[in-house]
Amino acid sequence: MIYFDNSATTKTLESSAEIMKNVLVDQYFNPASASKKGLETSELIRNSAKSIANVINCDYEEIYFTSGGTEGDNWAIFGTAKGYARSGKHIITTKTEHPAVLEPLKILESEGFEVSYLSVDEKGYINIDELESLIRKDTILVSIIFSNNETGTVQDMERIGSVIKSKNPETIFHTDAVQSFGKCLIDVKKMKIDILTASGHKFNAPKGTGFNYMKKGLKVKPLVYGGGQQRGQRSGTENPAMAMALADAVVNAYENLENSNNSVMQVKEALWYGIVENIPDVKINGEEIGNSNPYVLNVGFKNIRSEVLLHALEEKDIYVSAGSACDSRKKSLSNVLLAMGVTEDFIEGSIRFSFSRFNTVSEALKCVEALCSIVPMLRRVQMMRR
Amino acid sequence: MVEKVLIVKYGEIATRGNNRHIFTGKLVKAIRKNIDSEGDFYVVKEQGRLIIESRNGEMDFDRIIPKVTPIFGIIAVCPGVKVKDQSIENIREVALNHMREHCSDKNYTFKVETKRSDKRYPMSSREVSADVGGYVFNSMDNLTVDVHNPEIVLNVELRNDAYIYSKLIKTFGGLPVGSSGKAVALLSGGIDSPVATWLIAKRGVEMEAVYFHSPPYTSEWAKQKVCDLAERLACFTGSIKLHVVPFTDVQLYLLDNVPHDKLTIFLKRAMVRVAENIAERENAQGLVTGDSVGQVASQTMQGLHAISSVCKMPILRPLSGMDKQEIVDIAKKIGTFDISIRPYEDCCTIFVAKHPETKPKTSIIEKIESKLTDLDGLLEKAVENIEVFEY
Repeated sequence: MIYFDNSATTKTLESSAEIMKNVLVDQYFNPASASKKGLETSELIRNSAKSIANVINCDYEEIYFTSGGTEGDNWAIFGTAKGYARSGKHIITTKTEHPAVLEPLKILESEGFEVSYLSVDEKGYINIDELESLIRKDTILVSIIFSNNETGTVQDMERIGSVIKSKNPETIFHTDAVQSFGKCLIDVKKMKIDILTASGHKFNAPKGTGFNYMKKGLKVKPLVYGGGQQRGQRSGTENPAMAMALADAVVNAYENLENSNNSVMQVKEALWYGIVENIPDVKINGEEIGNSNPYVLNVGFKNIRSEVLLHALEEKDIYVSAGSACDSRKKSLSNVLLAMGVTEDFIEGSIRFSFSRFNTVSEALKCVEALCSIVPMLRRVQMMRR
Repeated sequence: MVEKVLIVKYGEIATRGNNRHIFTGKLVKAIRKNIDSEGDFYVVKEQGRLIIESRNGEMDFDRIIPKVTPIFGIIAVCPGVKVKDQSIENIREVALNHMREHCSDKNYTFKVETKRSDKRYPMSSREVSADVGGYVFNSMDNLTVDVHNPEIVLNVELRNDAYIYSKLIKTFGGLPVGSSGKAVALLSGGIDSPVATWLIAKRGVEMEAVYFHSPPYTSEWAKQKVCDLAERLACFTGSIKLHVVPFTDVQLYLLDNVPHDKLTIFLKRAMVRVAENIAERENAQGLVTGDSVGQVASQTMQGLHAISSVCKMPILRPLSGMDKQEIVDIAKKIGTFDISIRPYEDCCTIFVAKHPETKPKTSIIEKIESKLTDLDGLLEKAVENIEVFEY
């Protein structure tokens, strides 16, 4: 099997799974329990938070464990709206966010908030001047996706953070870093990020794990109320097994990040050059290969239906996504690619290849070989319908 | 002892003379299959009806009734009680308890109807009705008697045992599956074909289904959707066998070798040929399709003629005269609609020409087809590689 769908989800590391199992079976105590066992267990969670805090340059008490990206994004948006509505009702985001950001914002719009949507250029970058011009006194939140889930385009977070804070220091800067954490170096202080959302299963931790970094002193309200766990911000019995499995995957991801990024880049390059040298009428949706995020390659194949190409690759045991996995069962055109001005004939045939550090160049070459035999065949059928 | 029972009434089959026991047998089998997972139940044949009883006398009607009502051949089910002690004193009490349980939520008009098959019973039907009615009326304060047009008919049936019930839940009717032979339905995954299958199954035809799978042009999700439709239909018919035919090679061959505007006609002819082949092997006598006249280009009379001419068996098209909305209404009623609208490509949508021929001439189609020398072989190969699922 060749798995090029790592932006959809990843395989859990053996080590994370092992840790999780051991904690579930042996260290199953409630971390909130008054007993010594409770204390020991809460210590495990604290150590996990420390490992994570360490890689993004924050305090461990600013790490809140969540169930993943969707909860994290919802919390950042609804929590900020609730906590800061008295300061203003204006929010800025981009046209290329994940639905976990766009859908909560739609709800806020129906409740009287005003949302400005930044456009993006043909590579998927926002215009930072436009962002600056839109920030107002009553702008309570700017939410910008760190790297895009469909195209991999990475925004210039450091510049964005400083532009926001110099225009309005009160504005909260949230980023959906679900596709970046574990793959990019992130420094929340340098980037002036107030809230960062990450999801474990995108970097080899189990599904259902994730965290939000929330800068100390924010008045962001909780999404769920109850027993007051996680400093009252996220009630519900804490899960030491998941926290530790997550921390293990974090440590593994960042241990050799540079090496991983380089080797993934080789896979991406091998795939792209293999495609472009052998198959006509293809284009990259997103940044040129040299400056790009190694983990995602979004290719538009003209005169192809991505769904059919996906299934044809599947027959050869190669797994990819058409558009983004969360959307692939809806029949609409990708909002991200539309916002980037990609024409319909290319959007229809857009495939997302997404990699992990476990992929190899030889897998990329096999994939090229498969594409070379499939694409002309599918194009023939597609052309005959016209 | 008072036992909860579900009384199952059947309609047309009661008129089928000597074959009646075969039909009731089929009904019993279908009921058993549907309620088997719900607990320890058995089905007793009584005169003109079936009684579902449980070993411990208990029955959760909310769970059992939805399992029984879809079965064709049943016209109504009645939740009720069974008692052995048929003394009038006991009948009165049981009837009162039953009414208290089912009919105490608001004011009702009611009457009592008694049937007495045991003619040795010391009271006449009329006397029993009057006695029980009077007793219930005096014991509850929300009832008034209306013998002409009552809201509630409290039925007292004195047979080997006594049965008491007051509620009659109408079902789909039809005939027990298998009482009218067997047919093979072409399921596409769309809204229409499951409805067509359901309608013919309702008339007592045992159904098998065939689906044409064209990977990579149709996905595993599309195939799963058809499997789910078959499983849903099996709730009505007792069981369904689904034949999944690998069809990509046939489709590609036709795409390359026939005029595009006529492609759909050739594809459908090929599908009908395969379906007929399956029908012959499975001892079925006809085919069922979801065609509705005029709905799409190939569903003109000319189109239907050109398709039907390839097949000797009758092709039943129960949706012929229906509008889309009528079909949708049935699909919703039988629970196939939500499955059908899942958004996966089916085999018909991908290979459709932009401007298909609406008035194909059968003679021309046949002439072109006679030159498709590889078609027979490809169809044979498709049939050899059929995958079968049983629901």
